[in-house]
Amino acid sequence: MANLTINGKTFTLDVEPDTPLLWAIRENAGLTGTKYGCGIAQCGACTIHIDGVATRSCGVSVSEAAGKKITTIEGLASGNALHKVQEAWIAQDVPQCGYCQSGMIMAVAALLTEKPKPTDADIDEAITNICRCGTFQQVREAIHTIASA
Amino acid sequence: MNKHVSPRLNRRAFVIGTAAVGAGLAIGLDLPFGGPAVVRAADGSPEIGAWVVVRPDDTIVIRIARSEMGQGSLTGLAQLVAEELECDWSKVSTEYPTPGQSVARKRVWGDFSTGGSRGIRSSQDYVRKGGATARVMLIQAAAEAWKVPASECTATNSVITHAPSGKTTTYGKVAEAAAKLTPPADVKLKDPKDWKLIGKGVKRLDTADKTTGAMIYGIDVKLPSMLNAAIKDCPVFGGKVKSFDEAKIAGMKGVKKVVKVGDTAVAVVADTWWQAKTALEALPIVWDEGDNAKVSSESIAKWLSEGLDDAQPAYVGNKNGDAKAAIAAAAKKIEAVYSYPYQNHATMEPMNATALYTADKCEVWCGTQNGEAAFAATLEASGLPAEKCDVHKVMPGGGFGRRGQTDYVRQAVMIAKQMPGTPIKLLWSREEDMAHGRYHPITQCKMTGAFDANNNLVALHYRLSGQSILFSLRPEALQNGMDPAAFQGVAQTGEAAFGYSVPNLLIEHAMRNPHVPPGFWRGVNVNHNAIYMECFMDELAQAAGQDPLEFRRKLMGNHPKHLAVLNAVAEKIGWSTPAPQGVYRGIAQVMGYGSYVAGAAEISVTDGNKIKVHRIVASTDPGYIVNPAQVERQIAGSFVYGLSALFYGGCTVKDGKIEQTNFDTYNSMRINEMPKVESVMVPSGGFWGGVGEPTIGVAAPAVLNAYFAATGKRIRSVPLRDQNITFA
Repeated sequence: MANLTINGKTFTLDVEPDTPLLWAIRENAGLTGTKYGCGIAQCGACTIHIDGVATRSCGVSVSEAAGKKITTIEGLASGNALHKVQEAWIAQDVPQCGYCQSGMIMAVAALLTEKPKPTDADIDEAITNICRCGTFQQVREAIHTIASA
Repeated sequence: MNKHVSPRLNRRAFVIGTAAVGAGLAIGLDLPFGGPAVVRAADGSPEIGAWVVVRPDDTIVIRIARSEMGQGSLTGLAQLVAEELECDWSKVSTEYPTPGQSVARKRVWGDFSTGGSRGIRSSQDYVRKGGATARVMLIQAAAEAWKVPASECTATNSVITHAPSGKTTTYGKVAEAAAKLTPPADVKLKDPKDWKLIGKGVKRLDTADKTTGAMIYGIDVKLPSMLNAAIKDCPVFGGKVKSFDEAKIAGMKGVKKVVKVGDTAVAVVADTWWQAKTALEALPIVWDEGDNAKVSSESIAKWLSEGLDDAQPAYVGNKNGDAKAAIAAAAKKIEAVYSYPYQNHATMEPMNATALYTADKCEVWCGTQNGEAAFAATLEASGLPAEKCDVHKVMPGGGFGRRGQTDYVRQAVMIAKQMPGTPIKLLWSREEDMAHGRYHPITQCKMTGAFDANNNLVALHYRLSGQSILFSLRPEALQNGMDPAAFQGVAQTGEAAFGYSVPNLLIEHAMRNPHVPPGFWRGVNVNHNAIYMECFMDELAQAAGQDPLEFRRKLMGNHPKHLAVLNAVAEKIGWSTPAPQGVYRGIAQVMGYGSYVAGAAEISVTDGNKIKVHRIVASTDPGYIVNPAQVERQIAGSFVYGLSALFYGGCTVKDGKIEQTNFDTYNSMRINEMPKVESVMVPSGGFWGGVGEPTIGVAAPAVLNAYFAATGKRIRSVPLRDQNITFA
């Protein structure tokens, strides 16, 4: 059993303590917006926020996450108001297949909290998610649009 | 707001939904376009022909048979229908008919296959006619109600107007009456100059849910009482399961069953996938690996290398003059051998499918590039007839050709069949996905070029040795043993024609098929053929002491469309003016999938092995462009896929198995490595070419040619990872 605080709600989940947080979120909490891509913290598809920090949830165990504030893509919006990154992603048609975009959006949201006006170099350093469709150009443009708003 | 409607995933709602559609289908079966009997969508709204449903509130549902997988075809196809329908685009949504429904209606929606960059180009005619047919019927219904000639009525933005009387009505109001009309036998399509929606970069219809986590991919499917399966197929292709020791994992938490899947694989079924995967890793499995376990990358390379020898048999794909004689008699000749490795598609979402099997029904939910192929696999694996099976397509997390295959669908059904009544979601681990791809075929190529005393190219011999995709996947498409697709980009004529005129030309393929299964991999045979030909073209230019662009131009007089895109990139990148200090340029062109493409790159190289790509310019002429915003994204994405392949993308074979296991050993480009791609779209009209794949062909050769310009070194094998060349 583990108690996790996800998107402001407390979940009591029947999982082993060493279960990766990714799978507890997807299978036990039922929040499937966070995606599995590699399981070894390489691709970033499972990026969430733990206490506001962008974190690859496949590499964190449930026991390590207990007691912390977990935010997934489903919890990024405030009620009906989408987060500015989500709005920019829609306005600029960023996603292609979209599978990596939950993780991409979470990584970008964390970057913008830390650096509201990131340079290209900041983006290069912070955004290391894999996108096989190749949306990088739109991702970069959307980040700059948000920063200059 | 525009939206693509995902299939209903709540089981109860799903059953009701299909039942409602089924009732309508039963009436309309003999009259595919509706006829006097009205065919109704799940919500009761009438179909106006198979492609269009009009609701009383004037919202429109457009049916899409091809699969969306990120490439934007869903939106483009809807634009094609809506253009002719003359409907209000802001009220358009889309839905997928199922393959089962299509088969029951004599394939009224045509081919579901979404590969070969064919989604739009091979269905544009009949989907536009579907829109036009519906428009004619809606106008006819209004005219009959008004008792005026239909020829006096016009439609625009879902409003029908009878100008002489000033009467107007909307599509939603006349839909019921229109649905009862007999469809016109033939309809006239608009002249392209009158297009209003085609050619416009309208927003995609499927974006919003991709930003909130709400989009349902195959991996996200949930059904009541569903269990999860993890699978391990024999890591040596062609090997079998000898035995497994189920007792060792008995009692592990959540584990429900261990099943053999065919002769080659074992799956663990558990409450959650994580439990299934954990148990599968603990399960001792003994494999009968067979003779293929002796195969390695080295043994494959040796076998392919032997195929480069002229004494070995080969299929001739393109020929004029007598290349061998001209080479023998030439004043000067050069020769080079290139090679291209196996590549995994590495879709971000690993393969998966959910299946529910009962004695009288089998249903599958999955991402697929070919709903009908997935349907056929479901029939075959379940042993049930077509009327008892169906496939519900959900968004795939990438396709790139991989999801045109149905191995994962078959496996899911084979597992579900061993647990009747329980929905089973089969998900491959990334490691399984790396181990069981349908890989970009492996090839080598020996090229010989010969010059006369004035440095004119008089002969070219292009001898390819290696794997045929069609031999493995579509043997019925071979022509007297020859794989015509092996010549993509260097073919004599057709949608992937060679763009140069050489007086003596011989292009041939010594087919050698190793045991590693090949597949259609975004760009397919264009990828290696473009690298071989376009890099060697640079070598020829160098040997002739000529500028690479000028050398090409002289050979392209009879190929004006090839030349036009090459000129377009040359102009955009500023080929005639010097590059910035320390920056070097490369250029390439190819034709594939009915489109003409060219690319140019500007790079700098530090320490001889660290490449920074500063600029990429890409030009494409696909005839017509339906949605320029999406075409631009496909071009940029092609470079990410193509340069990932160039730098990182090799799969090697050891003991009959693929050695790479995950993104740590099979890397993919990140944002810091990718410059902006400057697209130059030059649609010349009069033909329909594909967009998703062709540009990938010029990505690697443009960069490799720039690398030579920077370093004086030719790179003749991929990936650069294996030559200790990296991104700066």
